[in-house]
Amino acid sequence: MAKKVALLQGNQACAAGAVYAGCTFFAGYPITPSTEVAEELSNDLPKIGGKFIQMEDEIAAMAAVIGASLTGSKSITATSGPGVSLKQELIGYACIAEVPCVIINVMRGGPSTGMPTGPGQSDVMQAMWGTHGDHAAIALVPSTVQEIFTETVRAFNLAEKYRMPVQVLFDEIVGHMRERIVFPEPGELEVINRTAPTVSPAEYKPYDATKGQVPPLASFGSGYKFHVTGLNKAADGFPTTKAEYVDAEERRQVNKVMDNVADIESNEEYLTEDAEVLIWSYGSTARSARYAVNELRKQGIKVGLFRPVTLWPFPEKRTSELAKQCKAIVVAEMNLGQMVYEVERAAKGNCVVVHEGRVDGEPINPGQIAAKVKEVM
Amino acid sequence: MAYDYDKSIRPGKLPHIWCPGCGHGIVMKGLIRAMDTCGLDRKNTAIVSGIGCASRLPGYLDACTLHTAHGRAAAFATGVKMAKPEMTVICCGGDGDGTAIGGNHFIHACRRNIDMTYVIMNNFIYGMTGGQFSPCTPTGAKASTTPYGNPDPVFDISKLAIGAGATFVARTTAAHPREIDKLITMGIKHKGMAIIEVLDDCPTTYGRRNKFRSVVDMMKHLKANAVPAVAASKMTAEQLAGKFLTGVLFQEERPEYTAQYAEVIKKAQGA
Repeated sequence: MAKKVALLQGNQACAAGAVYAGCTFFAGYPITPSTEVAEELSNDLPKIGGKFIQMEDEIAAMAAVIGASLTGSKSITATSGPGVSLKQELIGYACIAEVPCVIINVMRGGPSTGMPTGPGQSDVMQAMWGTHGDHAAIALVPSTVQEIFTETVRAFNLAEKYRMPVQVLFDEIVGHMRERIVFPEPGELEVINRTAPTVSPAEYKPYDATKGQVPPLASFGSGYKFHVTGLNKAADGFPTTKAEYVDAEERRQVNKVMDNVADIESNEEYLTEDAEVLIWSYGSTARSARYAVNELRKQGIKVGLFRPVTLWPFPEKRTSELAKQCKAIVVAEMNLGQMVYEVERAAKGNCVVVHEGRVDGEPINPGQIAAKVKEVM
Repeated sequence: MAYDYDKSIRPGKLPHIWCPGCGHGIVMKGLIRAMDTCGLDRKNTAIVSGIGCASRLPGYLDACTLHTAHGRAAAFATGVKMAKPEMTVICCGGDGDGTAIGGNHFIHACRRNIDMTYVIMNNFIYGMTGGQFSPCTPTGAKASTTPYGNPDPVFDISKLAIGAGATFVARTTAAHPREIDKLITMGIKHKGMAIIEVLDDCPTTYGRRNKFRSVVDMMKHLKANAVPAVAASKMTAEQLAGKFLTGVLFQEERPEYTAQYAEVIKKAQGA
């Protein structure tokens, strides 16, 4: 049987991916350029018995998502830069309380209101360091409409598997462009569900590290009575200031990600085998970069593309390897320099690392990237 | 026979953090009695709070308890109730948490008329941080950040709740323990947003700065100035000056939010 295909906007593909992943709860607040995610889910979720709620503000949306997730619902919110800024405290809450949820950030430019209808890639550092305190982060950066679908599914999988918030960031270009999408059949993509506790309610401890790096999370209303707090806590979930508990818990929550980078990581490489210059780029910019690679190769220039799909945790190992192989890395991103600093750190001085950016609301075109490659040759 | 509170308290979680003389413990006991009266299954009861002294209350109770971020109790609770409407949802917290940093969530939860009971302990001050003025600190009162007297006007929490659309609004004080559980019981049984404002005392950070010489003085003040709403109708404006009305202040029937959303699901599935 022929697969179902459609011409979809990235934001619509995101909503469809959420439903495929088993999402049953959305809470959000209207914001350009992400609103279509909310609009689609307001239509689709009640059809499957799911819930959609438009909250009074961005913070409330994040709070409702965490509350709903604690009852066992796979939960999502969608917003843009200003909304993500407002949600930061509660993203940290989801980190420390270890509550799975997915946050979609359709990126626009500028600090503050900036250019709401223009694309940007300037929230990528915020995705890692936006919320206060030590924590790990997972952030995915799809670059096509199809990939928005699959990465939204993967975001839910990672959120449930690692019991934490996962952010999916795509720039406004990918969010609003329309492309052909082939819908995966049910069962074609892996869908991971939350691990429920196997112990009795009386024995259950929501942060019991003896049950593994990611302790099972019970659902409210499933027979388990437990406490959830944003305070530092012991295995039983109750607040503590005892140094040994606090230290162990904070480290476990970071290590559950950093010890599993191989599982979380996802990158694409294009003509990197013999590359002397590497373009390091993600999102819609990586599509310009790929075009630039093809054009430069026609001119005999040995250039390749590294495209992270998982941006956080940072693809440290592979970036370091490529830095040893190449003379230069051009980091192309729609900002004034963000991931370039991580690339520079991973390169450890083994090659030149330069930045090619743009923040005027226009996409970075292949010619701009190609010119930079020639400059560093 | 003494009332058995122990079965509702989590083993090993007492003593609580509250200062001697604080009214929060009186409210907690009232809440326990109300939950018992309503026969609530604690496995299907979520108790949600924000940040502050009053927000520590859920941690002591044996139920599904959620101690969230400052001001956000009503928003988290909305997510819980929307996702699992069969659960009983109770919010609790203080005046600053609920009506300053959480003011937006408070009024919108009232507007939606989502089925939950919000017990708001109004002790007129930010206690946990050491006594800064809240939106409920009386004008002219001393707080750690109003050394010359509080220049701010005051929120009337119950009026705010009524104006925002809550369908059950009641007020009592920590000096009226029997009324606390009576009103919370009515709130839990009410289908929709129930706000129970409990005027409370903070001897440590409010009383000592405002010429209350003892906890007893604060309790006497609450008792002396509480006027049952039913009695107030026969009193003059002069007689009511400086008093606060207690009892059920407002009650109406209006469609409840999760029930309304169940209709949305029916429409979506029937179309």
